[in-house]
Amino acid sequence: MGNVIALDSILGLGELKAPAESTPVEASGCTTSSCGSSDGPADMDPAVWEKVKNHPCYSEEAHHYFARMHVAVAPACNIQCNYCNRKYDCSNESRPGVVSEKLTPDQAIRKILAVAQEIPQLSVIGIAGPGDSLAAGAKNTFATFEHLQKKAPDLKLCLSTNGLALPETVERIAQYNIDHVTITINMVDPEVGQHIYPWIFYKHKRWTGLDAAKILHEQQMLGLEMLTARGILVKVNSVMIPGINDAHLLDVNKAVKSRGAFLHNIMPLISDPAHGTHFGLTGQRGPSAQELKVVQDACEGGAKLMRHCRQCRADAVGLLGEDRGEEFTADKVEAMGEIHDDGDARRTYREHVESERAGRHASKEAAKAEVQETVGTQADPILIAVATKGGERINEHFGHAKEFQIYEVGPKGAKFVGHRRVDQYCEGGTGDGETLDTVLSAINDCAAVFVAKIGGCPSKSLEAAGIEPVDRFAFEYIEESALSYFKDYAERLGRGAVRSRAGQDAVIRTGALTARRA
Amino acid sequence: MAYKIKSAECTVCGACEAECPNIAIGFKKGTYVIDPAKCSECEGQFDSPQCASVCPADCCVPA
Ligand code: SF4
Ligand code: SF4
Ligand code: SF4
Repeated sequence: MGNVIALDSILGLGELKAPAESTPVEASGCTTSSCGSSDGPADMDPAVWEKVKNHPCYSEEAHHYFARMHVAVAPACNIQCNYCNRKYDCSNESRPGVVSEKLTPDQAIRKILAVAQEIPQLSVIGIAGPGDSLAAGAKNTFATFEHLQKKAPDLKLCLSTNGLALPETVERIAQYNIDHVTITINMVDPEVGQHIYPWIFYKHKRWTGLDAAKILHEQQMLGLEMLTARGILVKVNSVMIPGINDAHLLDVNKAVKSRGAFLHNIMPLISDPAHGTHFGLTGQRGPSAQELKVVQDACEGGAKLMRHCRQCRADAVGLLGEDRGEEFTADKVEAMGEIHDDGDARRTYREHVESERAGRHASKEAAKAEVQETVGTQADPILIAVATKGGERINEHFGHAKEFQIYEVGPKGAKFVGHRRVDQYCEGGTGDGETLDTVLSAINDCAAVFVAKIGGCPSKSLEAAGIEPVDRFAFEYIEESALSYFKDYAERLGRGAVRSRAGQDAVIRTGALTARRA
Repeated sequence: MAYKIKSAECTVCGACEAECPNIAIGFKKGTYVIDPAKCSECEGQFDSPQCASVCPADCCVPA
């Protein structure tokens, strides 16, 4: 792995390293394994940082620069989740109602090499379904990784699982040098779990009810411990299901943190009768943006939270938030003929990123200091929606944005807190009112929307809704612009020129973006 | 004495194929099928037919 560039020096303030801003809930009390290793930057294990810094799914900074790719080689599953309909992909890693193109391990290798040749930002290959990557003996998953390790050793490998088969496969995972594993853990109490999992298949038997949830829970915890004991990074995903596990997620956060998970990602349940899932059919609703943020904020002091997960599909290709999967279907890859990939383009790209990132932290700090000086603590933080194509810049046209990145900016600085998926406002050139309404409801809790460009019509509607369209920071860096805007906003707020949008909520969109079939 | 797959409901996930102790399940023309000559209904091997126990679509049924 000689060509992985050391970015430590310039990533001093990367999101994963930054301490949670909230004050610690328990000031004293040295509990379990967290003793001596707080979330502070100085304390992060350098080995952990080495592994995640260029990982777009794990490092919030890296996700602006690097691309990941999933290959759908694992169609079978060994449990049933109430939010999943197995006609579609695993909802744990993808979104419900999505169908990926299933590949054999050979097809997957070809596809990966074809993408690697075209997209130098590629840094991570994952297997997240379309079922469970470790079900059915994990045959396809390991076959894919084994080949890949030989053909493109600079690419990082990761897999996602519900955890049921983990304890039995940890040894092989360690052997293939798969250093990132994601486990979806929705509960640490079988009483809660029985409402999420109707059954599991374990040791040649179908288990139901409490028994099923108990076995799954024990396997998940054991698997998590076994992985972290071997130095393999573990991210935990949780699906927030209002009324079932929302309050319980704090316990989940504590349990996974104490067992060494380095990141906890809380995702909203996406529930729609059209998906044919149990929850969809019984009318179980998903959380609103505000409800989700409340739980995420409450968990912030525990295992580090990841907020930029987009629940991408199992065969997604690209920077997070975009999907170029349709350029690389099995047929198209087949038609490409001989594929040469020697990793040179990726090496060059990584060098470019290194130089671009250098110096960024200083300018962010300067902007932050200025805000602290002029605004102090007079104004509460606000949310800003940003139209971006990546590179940490405001570089997308309002009408072309398929999603908005949400930044919270206040006296303490600007931080990424999530993203909102929308339909493209001007798909094919004509903006229509209905789509604009969905955009408005998706970013309704924001004070402003930063864009590279915006038309007069949507501009007026945004203003009418109380969201300020801002294009004066076009092509500039997001965080510095957000801080500069906040300074101005606080000043206007002070003299009553703007009204605070505190208390507004937004709707989490279920489809759009990459939900179309490959 | 054999099981069959109701192919209209099958999600083509292959979970059953991996579990069958008798290699009775194969992938043919875009769907999974059970060879009745090889299927023992898991008699004497497991407490329940493995394909039916793992199938997410409940579409492995007695023929
Ligand atoms: S683990 Fe994934 S594929 Fe399996 S039932 Fe749950 S959501 Fe569906
Ligand atoms: S019943 Fe048993 S032997 Fe028959 S197909 Fe199913 S798993 Fe195989
Ligand atoms: S387990 Fe069921 S759904 Fe999956 S391939 Fe077998 S019969 Fe089809």
